[in-house]
Amino acid sequence: MVGLLHSIEIALGATCLGLLIGTGGAFGKLYGGPVVRDLLAVYTTIVRAVPELVLILLLYYAGTDLINQALTAMGYQRVDISGLAAGIAVLGFVQGAYSTEVIRGAILAIPQGQIEAARAYGMSPGLMLRRITLPAMLPFAIPGLANLWLIATKDTALLAVVGFYELALATRQAAGVTKAYFTFFFAAAVLYLLLSLVSNFLIGRVEAWSRRGMPSLKEAR
Amino acid sequence: MMAQGAAPALKHTAQDGAAEAIHVENLHKKFGQLHVLKGVSLSARDGEVIAIIGGSGSGKSTLLRCINCLENPTSGIIRVNGEEIKLKADSHGHTVPADRRQIERIRSKLGMVFQNFNLWSHMTLIENVIEVPVHVLGVKRDEAIAQAEKLLVRVGLAEKRDVYPAYLSGGQQQRAAIARALAINPRVMLFDEPTSALDPELVGEVLKVIGDLAREGRTMVLVTHEMKFAREVATHVVYLYNGLVEEEGPPEQIFGAPKSERLKQFIRNIG
Repeated sequence: MVGLLHSIEIALGATCLGLLIGTGGAFGKLYGGPVVRDLLAVYTTIVRAVPELVLILLLYYAGTDLINQALTAMGYQRVDISGLAAGIAVLGFVQGAYSTEVIRGAILAIPQGQIEAARAYGMSPGLMLRRITLPAMLPFAIPGLANLWLIATKDTALLAVVGFYELALATRQAAGVTKAYFTFFFAAAVLYLLLSLVSNFLIGRVEAWSRRGMPSLKEAR
Repeated sequence: MMAQGAAPALKHTAQDGAAEAIHVENLHKKFGQLHVLKGVSLSARDGEVIAIIGGSGSGKSTLLRCINCLENPTSGIIRVNGEEIKLKADSHGHTVPADRRQIERIRSKLGMVFQNFNLWSHMTLIENVIEVPVHVLGVKRDEAIAQAEKLLVRVGLAEKRDVYPAYLSGGQQQRAAIARALAINPRVMLFDEPTSALDPELVGEVLKVIGDLAREGRTMVLVTHEMKFAREVATHVVYLYNGLVEEEGPPEQIFGAPKSERLKQFIRNIG
């Protein structure tokens, strides 16, 4: 159960971090200068091209090593980076690349006139982002972001390889000790399934809310 | 005949001494190689209704959209309420507003109505109408709601206050968009072909609302294809041809005794 909680914690943290990176990344790609756009293109291309397991190993071991080297170089003590923080950072970094593209597509799907109306009425860029662009792109982004969330919940299992205690590792240990492999792995599978089902329910509610201004396709038929 | 004869009497005419709300001087606009506006000047005093007419591609919408810098003019002077919009050249050589806050302040005094309504689809009508007063102008929410309800009554949409735009007809959406423009208590209303996207039977309800506004003395700049309507409500008509003002004057003169050959032909074709 602690394993499940850790998994959820990491998935939540990583998705939130990913959304932040993704929103920033999407706006950078759409409205940024050439340098920003190029840097983001490199980021999304590389992160999406390398297998996540490799990225996790790379970022976790090389990343913590790099931070500690930098710290000692600056005369600070080495620190132990908590598995939770590292897990969130690594998965969030990966999620950020995918959500950049999802959110970029969603912003492009907003009818341009609505953005134009916001400009015509003197909205500042920040206000326009908060009041018009983000809420208007949400219905187009939710299906893609929901996929990313479900993937994030499962990607937490990859963190078992770096020794982070989450659902998959907890299961393996419990199964190894008791030799009741089937029972424990079946239970873990059920827990992952439950997590997905609950997520689907909640996402459905959020999606319905985000589409509040749009007639459903059924009605239009 | 009756209606047309009566219209000028209802028409609000601006005083000669009225302040100039919009002043455009020698405006040029290029889209790449395409030279859309080739030195257009325009002036709207308080209480005037300026109708801009012209064929497709004549630059009339571009002219209107330059007034609030939805399109950045390539060169020229634009003054709103006597305040000149500061422009500068960016790193690509395009002209852009020099002061973002100035342009935002000026825009918040101009009520723009678009051809395609452009209501915000994630907000109900009342939310659309209070959005700019509350979030841009800093009006208290309950005051904004009270005012918005009056405006929705005025455009005949009181019972639709909590409906989302997608569930309304084009005419209803455009009337709501007019209420949204009125909610900022604009110095000038800008209409960009407000009836061109509407089904013919819905045009009348929108023109009636605009006509009422014109008659009560609101300053308006109106780009339109509705010649009969322009003749009824405008105090001044500008005919654009190929990026230049071909002829301008009071509607009686423009429609009754046009001088330019092109304008004569344009009126013949439309009429």
